[in-house]
Amino acid sequence: MGLTLVQKILSKASGVETVAVGSVIEPRVSLAMSHENAALVINQFNEIYKNTGLPTKVWDPTKIAIIFDHRIPAESKKTATNQKLIREFVKEQGITKFHDIRGDEGGICHQVLPENGYVLPNTVLVGTDSHTTTHGALGAFAFGIGATEMASVWALGSVLNVEVPASIKVIVNGKIPKGVYAKDIILFLIGKLTNQGANYKVIEFHGEAIKSMPTSGRLTLSNMAVETGATAGIIPPDKETVRYLRTIANYQGEIDMLQPDENAEYADVIEFDVSNLSPQVAAPNFVDNVKPIKEVEGTPIDQVVIGSCTNGRIEDLKEAADIIRGKKVAKETRMLVFPASYRAYEDALHKGYIEDFIKAGAVVMNPGCGPCLGIHQGALGDGERAFSTTNRNFKGRMGNPDAEVYLGSPAAAAATAVFGVITDPRKLQEGK
Amino acid sequence: MKVIYKLGDDISTDHIYPGRYMATVLPTETPQYAFSDLQDLNTILNEGDKSQTRIIVAGSNFGTGSSREQAVSTLVGHNLLIVARNFARIFFQNSINLGLKTIICPTIEANVGDNLDFFDNKIVNSTSGKEFPIIPIPEARKAIVEAGGLISYTRKLVLERQK
Repeated sequence: MGLTLVQKILSKASGVETVAVGSVIEPRVSLAMSHENAALVINQFNEIYKNTGLPTKVWDPTKIAIIFDHRIPAESKKTATNQKLIREFVKEQGITKFHDIRGDEGGICHQVLPENGYVLPNTVLVGTDSHTTTHGALGAFAFGIGATEMASVWALGSVLNVEVPASIKVIVNGKIPKGVYAKDIILFLIGKLTNQGANYKVIEFHGEAIKSMPTSGRLTLSNMAVETGATAGIIPPDKETVRYLRTIANYQGEIDMLQPDENAEYADVIEFDVSNLSPQVAAPNFVDNVKPIKEVEGTPIDQVVIGSCTNGRIEDLKEAADIIRGKKVAKETRMLVFPASYRAYEDALHKGYIEDFIKAGAVVMNPGCGPCLGIHQGALGDGERAFSTTNRNFKGRMGNPDAEVYLGSPAAAAATAVFGVITDPRKLQEGK
Repeated sequence: MKVIYKLGDDISTDHIYPGRYMATVLPTETPQYAFSDLQDLNTILNEGDKSQTRIIVAGSNFGTGSSREQAVSTLVGHNLLIVARNFARIFFQNSINLGLKTIICPTIEANVGDNLDFFDNKIVNSTSGKEFPIIPIPEARKAIVEAGGLISYTRKLVLERQK
């Protein structure tokens, strides 16, 4: 039997010929990413070295990335002090891939990493964030871990006791119709698989709809693969991966185009055609509560949120701007836009999308995680309802357990902002 | 040991530990915020006797969502044992790393107030008289549990590999 892509990556990373599914290995890590929770990682890292008499030094300061995104600019003195502590640690250890709160290099970790060419095929990437799955879009085996696990990685350069996961092959056929986007495809898949259907497994994406999809959309797919419980969501590298790495990420080094074997053994194969797919939404309070948008059309919305590591890229902002241009956000609705990175922000500025948003009545916020996880911007009031392009709608997610969150594409979010009620974006795309 | 609370399926890390308290750094700071949007449970935990291990019984996919480790340290601080039908991956790994007591019991049936007795391969609900098989933790994780958590396990490896 052949090997899945993840089996092949893990074989190389653990220095053995082939790894069997279920075997326990200790793969070397190519990149270890954290955000503000690096403060907790630092605490645990220092604990490891306590009373050992050894210098408290990370294994390789060029392979650690720290990106501030969850609470920027700081919302409290506690956060500001954590960020200060992290800056000191970065300096002391000589960590090179550090992105501070800056208008020329900052943004959400899951956007900053690919944009800067830090993510490559056939590598193992870990992050102290569940949406680390995002980076599977570029052919890396990328998964989320806790802060203590990261402290261990900082010390050893490897992840201890990893069980080689089985993979589910997902084949997406057909041509993606107008008004339907990567977000709708991944929501549809989550609805099909449920929020634990891929627990402990990896989703390996295949099919012509994936082949013809730009990296921006692939990042959305891999980002939300975790909402099925999957450890990772990986896309075998192809021409598009090379295009993205060379022209967008400005990476000029070698690219390993490692592919899964034709006869690889999968735990399951799921195949569907998207040619007739309609826009999808995840209704409250679970990401797998997925339905076609027509079933919830007309639901009044108090706040529309466009952005996040799921849908804050320039392509997403364009999708929304093309709908809202020349129109107004409904009187009873607020619209918040937060680009995924300063690069996306600058791009949107040059292309006029920021002006489109402002003139329509939207508030454009600084790049970062924003309202997605209810930390410090754009909280919801009691009984309010949001329509958001983010990735989770659990009870309390946007800062208020007495509010509700619907998830959908940037186009659906923009159309919803115009009418103040959940709206099928195709209604505003006629003739476009 | 007594069951003090019963939860359903898909209890997310946002339920266990809301994002707004994530600026906490020290594991000792987190317990007060456990289930803070579920007021009755938060009160039971904060006002109850922490000297005895207390049991929460949950459905499937406990700990789904974020990788936030505070969702585990907050429960460790309350001396809890979580019996669930199954756990989400990152939460389960974090539990092993930080020493949160968890048991996977796919068929568990228990109500608040029931007394549970634990054996190597099963749970006996001595209130209802029923028995439920448990799934042991994978061999690969046992070494971490036996070392007293990932910090001491890694410390041991760092020292060994130094030689």
